[in-house]
Amino acid sequence: MQIPVQGFMYPNEVELQWSILIVLYPYITGLVAGAFILASLERVFRVEAVKPTYRLALLTALAFLLVAPLPLQLHLGHPERSFEMYMTPHRSSAMAMFGFVYLWYLMAVLLLEIWLDYRRDIVLRSQTGTGWKRGVYRLLTLGSSNVSERSLRIDERLGYFITLIGIPSAFLLHGYVGFIFGSVKANPWWSSPLMPIVFLFSAMVSGISAVMLLYMFSTWVRGQRIDMRCLDTVARYLLYTFIIDFSLEMLDLLQRIYEADESFRSLDFMVHTRLWTSQVIIQILLGTVTPIALISLTQVLRCSDTARKQIYAVAGSLTMVGIFAMRWNVVIGGQLFSKSFLGYTSYKMGFATREGLLPAIVLMILPFIILWVLVKLLPPWPESASLSESDAVAVHATS
Amino acid sequence: MFKDGEHLIRLAAVFALGLAAFVILRAAVVPRSFGQYGHYRGAAIAEIASRPIALAGHVTCESCHSDIADQKKLGKHVVVACEACHGALAAHAEDPTSVQPKKLDTAVVCARCHEANSAKPKWFPQVATADHSGGIACDTCHQPHRPKIETGKSETAKTEAEGKK
Amino acid sequence: MELTRRRLLMLLPAAAVAWNYVSAGTPEASPNYKMTEHWWAMLIDIPKCIGCGSCVRACAEENDVPEGYFRTWVERYHVADWKIEKPEVESPDGGKNGFPPHTDDDGKNFFVPKLCNHCVDSPCTQVCPVGATFITPDGVVLVDKNYCLGCRYCVQACPYGCRFINPKTNTAEKCTLCYHRITKGLTTACCEVCPTGARQLADLKNPKDPIHEFLRTHTVQVLKPHLATEAKVFYNGMDGSVR
Repeated sequence: MQIPVQGFMYPNEVELQWSILIVLYPYITGLVAGAFILASLERVFRVEAVKPTYRLALLTALAFLLVAPLPLQLHLGHPERSFEMYMTPHRSSAMAMFGFVYLWYLMAVLLLEIWLDYRRDIVLRSQTGTGWKRGVYRLLTLGSSNVSERSLRIDERLGYFITLIGIPSAFLLHGYVGFIFGSVKANPWWSSPLMPIVFLFSAMVSGISAVMLLYMFSTWVRGQRIDMRCLDTVARYLLYTFIIDFSLEMLDLLQRIYEADESFRSLDFMVHTRLWTSQVIIQILLGTVTPIALISLTQVLRCSDTARKQIYAVAGSLTMVGIFAMRWNVVIGGQLFSKSFLGYTSYKMGFATREGLLPAIVLMILPFIILWVLVKLLPPWPESASLSESDAVAVHATS
Repeated sequence: MFKDGEHLIRLAAVFALGLAAFVILRAAVVPRSFGQYGHYRGAAIAEIASRPIALAGHVTCESCHSDIADQKKLGKHVVVACEACHGALAAHAEDPTSVQPKKLDTAVVCARCHEANSAKPKWFPQVATADHSGGIACDTCHQPHRPKIETGKSETAKTEAEGKK
Repeated sequence: MELTRRRLLMLLPAAAVAWNYVSAGTPEASPNYKMTEHWWAMLIDIPKCIGCGSCVRACAEENDVPEGYFRTWVERYHVADWKIEKPEVESPDGGKNGFPPHTDDDGKNFFVPKLCNHCVDSPCTQVCPVGATFITPDGVVLVDKNYCLGCRYCVQACPYGCRFINPKTNTAEKCTLCYHRITKGLTTACCEVCPTGARQLADLKNPKDPIHEFLRTHTVQVLKPHLATEAKVFYNGMDGSVR
């Protein structure tokens, strides 16, 4: 396969190393971190308005977190050796430390918080459910069916504490992904101290936007009314984080343009040619400026509920596309130019190959399937949980 | 307090179990030589060092082909190692009968070094082969191991080459 | 490469056997060689390089380098007058078969052989998540192909483009400074065949090595010195346009 090259590349550089799967990886972990931060808004900062999205945000975070390592795994030359990352982690490697950050986040933060929050439901369902589902619930109770008021209060307090640890952990999780790229001094497109923080804010943007869309979609599916106070608040947070994110990205850009170091001419040419569509048109114009303008409109003008819903849906969807384009431009863009700054290569994406478009699509659908199962198993909305308060008291009395 | 926190103790037990499994697994699967010299598998160094060689080296070649070595000493090509032109031949050195060096096409081999190129240092002898020999094999006139042509011979060579054009 | 369930099941016993080998290791290959007594480097004398590509061919033969990838390669530079920031560079097939004839005499033209710089502060070994690439006690950067995950982070981290993924082993690969030769008292394949002595293997720990005299008396440079990798491939007579 001949890869078209323009100018001069070091001969080993012609082939791209990190494919679309590595684009997915920061995209997915970003959704996790963002969704979790939205959930913690309610819990830690007591933003009551976003409460209807709390559990949904947690489950979304979990669904995406479970999928996050899969694109990496699929991309490895030797997936069967990936356990070495845990057995002999190299302390100076950002990637090795990421394995532990991931595990910490999954086990110590997300699973624990979900478990504590759902424990009452789990215990009740383990006693009233039927079939295999009951078995799952019983397993999840870990053999303790104590849902006394006091035990629930302990859970609540511990949950609060975990959320408190969870926020820096979520920051760490995605800031770290940014560091994996930002710390590569050989690559001027990546190497930037702003990279972790840009990744973090773009993660929050994508996560908040994803939960917003999922909330709208799930209420529509269930035939319920959208809580507009909640939706407006979420959209407002989306706007704030988006403005910070955009400012940071523009700051980075401005600095690069003004400093114009040895790599600038080469990178500037790349942005004006190979990355023009994905960076300037899709990421900046369609995926950032447009949604910011749309949501700003709802803040300035008086819009009807329906109009706002429509605007949020469009802005949210554009945001998802924009953030994906941002990941694409970082990961793929960083490999299109030669480290000699004298030439450019191109990325030819396969379709049904191991690192092609098809596995990428499957990996993007997978979290939604997991989320669907999770929602069935642990419904995040109060009304569908048919167990009322009085049932809980009754169960407690018998235990 | 203890009774109401029981589920947490059970949870802690699950975590402790997981951690213990990790520690045991780690002890079992980390290669024995890992950490011998640094954060890597020490045995890897010996594995890489034990790779068989492909180029015998001119010293090995000369131990048998002393006649050629003597020839080379008389000319400028004394500095050129045998395998620079003849290719990797450790297998031939190991068992001379099993692997025979290929006959070389001097029109190709010589040109790699001596084809004129403005990036080559000026002191280096170079020719535009098309003008110099018209593409005929270099060993028609030059003896590769001792390439300089004695004055009398070189004149004939030149006219021969020009005649062929 | 599609990893089906069946394939995976077939692979498992094979993987177990392979792992046993990796876990146990092999005995010392060159018993008389003492790692602590050497500190390997290389000298490239640019004014001597004729761009014949012998080094590239010998390296490929010696190390079974897959087609289209290079552990060493040669670049041809053309610098028009004062434009040292905009050189024209080419390396057709890594310079393996020499270079097409050029007679352009405007500006400056020269060849630059490249290979792994065996950096002391190597960015590639820094980023390896598992310790599959490392600096040996004698200063050579190596890859353990039986331990490498194939995550390609090291390929991204190398500022010089010296690493690639071997499509046969799916692991990172690079110049070993012919570690299997230098530990047996031989020189590297590229230095062996270089007809003009433009490449010289050097042992910085050996006080009798001519490298010391050379470094004292010549203007030498390393590639991309601003990246502070402490590269150990020294270039004599290198133009400012080289990158």
